[in-house]
This record gives sequence, C-alpha cells and structure tokens, in this order.
Amino acid sequence: MGRADPRPVDALRRGLPASPPQAGRSLVTTAVNTSRRGRRSPLASVGLHATLIVASVIAVFPVLWVFLTSLKPAKYAITTDFVKETTLANYTDLLENTEFLTWFGNSLLIAGLTTVLGVFVSATTGYAVSRFRFPGKRGLMWTLLITQMFPVAVLIVPIYNIMATMGLLNQPVGLVVTYLTIAVPFCAWMMKGFFDTIPMEIDESGQVDGLTPFGTFWRLILPLAKPGIAVTAFYSFITAWGEVAYASAFMVGDENLTLAGGLQKFVNQYGAQWGPMAAASVLIAIPAALVFLFAQRHLVTGMSAGAVKG
Amino acid sequence: MAVDTSSQSVAKAAGDVARGRSRGTGKPETKLKRSLSTHWYAWAMVAPVTVVIAVIIGYPLFRGIYLSLTDANERNVARSIGVNEIPATYEFVGLDNYTEALTGDQFLGTLGWTLVWTVACVSVTFVLGLGLANMLNRRIAGRSFYRMLLILPWAVPGFVSVFAWRFLYNQDNGLLNKILAGGGIDAVPWLNDPTWAKFSVIAVNVWLGVPFMMVALLGGLQSIPGELYEAAEMDGASAWQRFRNITLPGLRSVSTTVILLSTIWTFNMFPVIFLLTRGGPGEATQILVTQAYKFAFEISPRDFAQSSTWGVLILVLLMLFAAVYRRVLRKQGEVW
Repeated sequence: MGRADPRPVDALRRGLPASPPQAGRSLVTTAVNTSRRGRRSPLASVGLHATLIVASVIAVFPVLWVFLTSLKPAKYAITTDFVKETTLANYTDLLENTEFLTWFGNSLLIAGLTTVLGVFVSATTGYAVSRFRFPGKRGLMWTLLITQMFPVAVLIVPIYNIMATMGLLNQPVGLVVTYLTIAVPFCAWMMKGFFDTIPMEIDESGQVDGLTPFGTFWRLILPLAKPGIAVTAFYSFITAWGEVAYASAFMVGDENLTLAGGLQKFVNQYGAQWGPMAAASVLIAIPAALVFLFAQRHLVTGMSAGAVKG
Repeated sequence: MAVDTSSQSVAKAAGDVARGRSRGTGKPETKLKRSLSTHWYAWAMVAPVTVVIAVIIGYPLFRGIYLSLTDANERNVARSIGVNEIPATYEFVGLDNYTEALTGDQFLGTLGWTLVWTVACVSVTFVLGLGLANMLNRRIAGRSFYRMLLILPWAVPGFVSVFAWRFLYNQDNGLLNKILAGGGIDAVPWLNDPTWAKFSVIAVNVWLGVPFMMVALLGGLQSIPGELYEAAEMDGASAWQRFRNITLPGLRSVSTTVILLSTIWTFNMFPVIFLLTRGGPGEATQILVTQAYKFAFEISPRDFAQSSTWGVLILVLLMLFAAVYRRVLRKQGEVW
C-alpha cells in the first residue's frame, strides 16, 4: 500500500491499455479495482452515496457532538441544540479549576517513556528475528505473539503486588514498567514487519563492505527503517495514552492520575460534569486524532505484515 | 497491504545459508561452540527483549499462576505500611480456586456472555467493515473524504469515545433519548436495563472496531489484481459471483488475521465495559476480564487469588482458541 513498495501487480496494471495511466493520481488510487466495464446506474450511485453518508454521520456524530457540547456553556451541556451561546468557558474552567494539566503531564511522561524504552529495547530484536535464523527464534516469535494475547487480568494482580512491595504504586515509574509489558512484544513484532520490507541486498552490501551485523543494522538498516520506527513508536504511545485498566488500579489521588483516570472523575465523583468533560475530551482527542490520521496508513500495513508473515 | 512476498523468500534464503553454516557434524561440545560462534550476534540482539520479557512478564506470570493456587487476598499478602514490612501469610490451596470457578455459576455465566459479546462484536464489525471497504474500493466521488470520516472513531482515544457514548446514552438527558422523545417514544434505559445495556455495549464496541476492520480489508481489496474482475466479468459472472469467487478468496489472509486479532481484542476489551457500565446493571455486562479486575480491585477484601484464577483461565481459553483457529486454517491450506 505504501508508495515505497510498488508491487509488480500495480506496474503490470498500469501498463495495461484498459487502465490508462492517470497523471496526478497517487499509486494508491490507481491500484483500486474499479470495474471499468460495468457502469453504475444512477440509482446505485445514489444508494452508494446514501449508505456512505449515513455511515459517516454515525462515525463522526458522537465525536462532533462532544466537540459542540464543549463549546456550550456548561448549563446547556445536555440540551439538544447544536450550538448555543458558543463560549470557551468550559476550557478555561477545565484548565483553571481542575488537575487536567497535571493529568495531561502524567500521561505524556508515562506514555513517552514507555515509547522510548519500548522502541529502544525492541529494535534489535525486530531486526534479528527478521534477518537471522537461530536456535530459539521460533520460541521467541511465539512468545512475542502469545504475550500480545495476555489479558490484562493475568498480569495485573502479580504486578500490583510486586509494585506494592517495592513501593512503586502511584509512581509514574511503576506504570511505565507495567506498560513495557504491553509495548515490548508489540514493538518487536511490528518492527520485524518493517525490517522485512527492507531488501536483503542492503545487508549483503554492508557485509561486503566489511560491516559487522551490528554495524549493518546500526548504519544501514536503522536509518532506512525510520518511518517504521516512527509508526511503531506512535502506536505504542497511543496504546499507553489510552490504557485504562492498569492506570485505574495503580494510580490514586488526584495528582497522580493519567488522563484515562482523570476523565472518570468528571462522571463519577462530582455527578456528571459534562461541560468540562467535553472540553477535556476534545483536548485529549484532537492532537491524537490528527497524528493518527497522518500515520494510520502505515499502521495497518505494519500490523498485518507482521501478523501474516509470522 | 505491503505484504511483499519477495522479502519473505529472501529472508528464507538467508536463513538457509545460516542454517547451512551451523549444520555441525562434530561432537556436542563443538556443536554448541560452533553454534555459539555462528549465532551469537543474533542472540545478543534478542537479549534485551528476552531479558525484559523474562523479568517483567515471565516472573509476574508465574507469580500469578502461583497466586491462583493460594488463598491470597488483600489481608494476607506481603505489604509494607510505612516502614513496617508485613510478611505474606496466605497458604497454598492447590486447585481449589479452579474447581470453585469451573463448578460455580458465576464463571460459566460470565463466560457465556463473554462469548456472546465476542461473537456478536466480531461478526457485526467484520460484516460492516467488509461492506464499507467494498464501497470505498469503488470509484466514487469523495472517496478519500468518506474514508477519512469513517476512520475517525479509530483515531480518537478509546476512553474518550466511550465517555462520549456515555453522554449520548444518558437516560434522562442523553441525546438519544431526547431524539426518541421528539418522536414520541419513551426513554430507553440504555445502560440501566440488562438487555439494553448488553445491546449498548456491543453497539459502542462495533462503532470502535469498524474502522480498523475497514482499513485492513480495504488494503486487502486493493491488493487483488483488477484483471481477475475483468476476466470474470467477460465470462459473464454476476456481481455476487465475483464477490464470492474473487473478493472473498482474495481477502483470505487479511481476514483470517483481522478476525483473530479482533477476537482476542474483543474478548479482553476492558475499557468499553468498565467505563460504560462497570459491568452493570447487576453483573449483566460483566465480561471475564472486567470481573477478574473487580475481584482484585473493587470488592473488599480484594480477592487476589480468585482474580488470578480467572486471569489464568482467560489466558488458557485464548490460547486454546488461537491453537484451534490455526489448526483449522492449516487444514484449509492456509500457511500461517
């Protein structure tokens, strides 16, 4: 799907008279299998658009609704008016009267550390598993796969007890270590997928030039894998950013919460404070969504590449 | 999908070389030595992850399994209060927790709903995702715009979306009920009636899951060569025949993967249930994972042993599922 990976099929298809090369269109668009011969009837077109519009509305509406709510004065939060006396009061209230910024900082710190450590530790493994065949490789691959199946319920109690004895509850460090249990297998697995897409010839040329396997990895492959690493990093960041179970169990006290825990405060403790909650939701969602939309193409590619090739 | 088969064969070829080199004929010690000298690079490179997994996953896992064989709870585990270290006083009870879980109603009842929840979510998500992917794969005006809108639920952090839904579902003031009231329909207790709550949590999870399914399947569709469709069309195949005989087989490897992944994810989907209903009303929407969490963190005294037992059972169930799934695929000739 990515532009860096034009498969023979696309080249073949673009050369065929049936599909004239379309200037200005990306590879992704030309690779689509439209039935060129069967013209759609106008009725079918209308149906298609209608279905897609309905689906889009369902997809967007809850998010849009929260956004609109965040702009209404808190007392109108639960009215059905789309717009009513637009104001930023919810945002100022949120930033001034709650611990939102602290939670935001906690989340940022924890997710950031998790990402950096996770990617750092697992990069070499992804490469080794992608390139070498060695005793223990199968076992390692299976371990990486199976640990991704681990329900939160298997590890949460023992980790909680270990953290309790070590005095790491309520400490960001504790949560970072915990999140590494999710991030490390995942990062290694996904990076293998990305390294697999880098041609072997590059490794060979490195070896011809006298580089060690580490040297090849460090000086040739890692720079080429940067986009893949970025996507892996981004994905583990998002995973840690949105984690609920460990964060709810391990962090208590207003100043220690992450965003997932903080948002629960608005609905549980003080009755439902929909206004500030909506504002908080928007502040959490918008940056994440923007980066996500930018990166998502590569996400699926990486995941399924890793999973399919096993 | 950049499932690029050439690198697979390259990697295989490289592996063959490595294996050829390591094929020793000498005595065991020399074999080990030779294998060490051949493979130490690879082993050194996987060492960090192996160590991390052993320490922060392996050790807690074994402790968890051990805890499930004891009567550990909040009052008898080792803990430190201030400077005082209180040693653990729980005892080994063998398989008691497992017999209790497997013969009691609670586990089996929760398991039943968890299975309904998983099957319903995955199948509905898959069908909707496939339908939308097929539509987006046609030449249609505004396709990338639709695609962008449809992906949005995936882009928003899950817990934010779940709160957005909770807002919509609110019984007295939620938008859904206000709209129904506009049509003269009585308010629906979305999250307060067992049946409606089940429906509501499934709806939210489907809403969250469709974008991933759609994007993955769209990638799969785009890798099916267009000539196949052209040829079939010339042979007079109907749209349905083309879908059954080209699209579905062409999507095989993508769909088996996404179905496996989303089954596992849904089975373990903690945030949706936890944040939407907390398993309620009563225990109506409690799935295994949220119930295990409840044992350890929401009841008093916290029952760590029972929670670990459920955790281990969940893991065993998932691994069984993955093994069976894999075997079925292999029987059908799928290389996975």
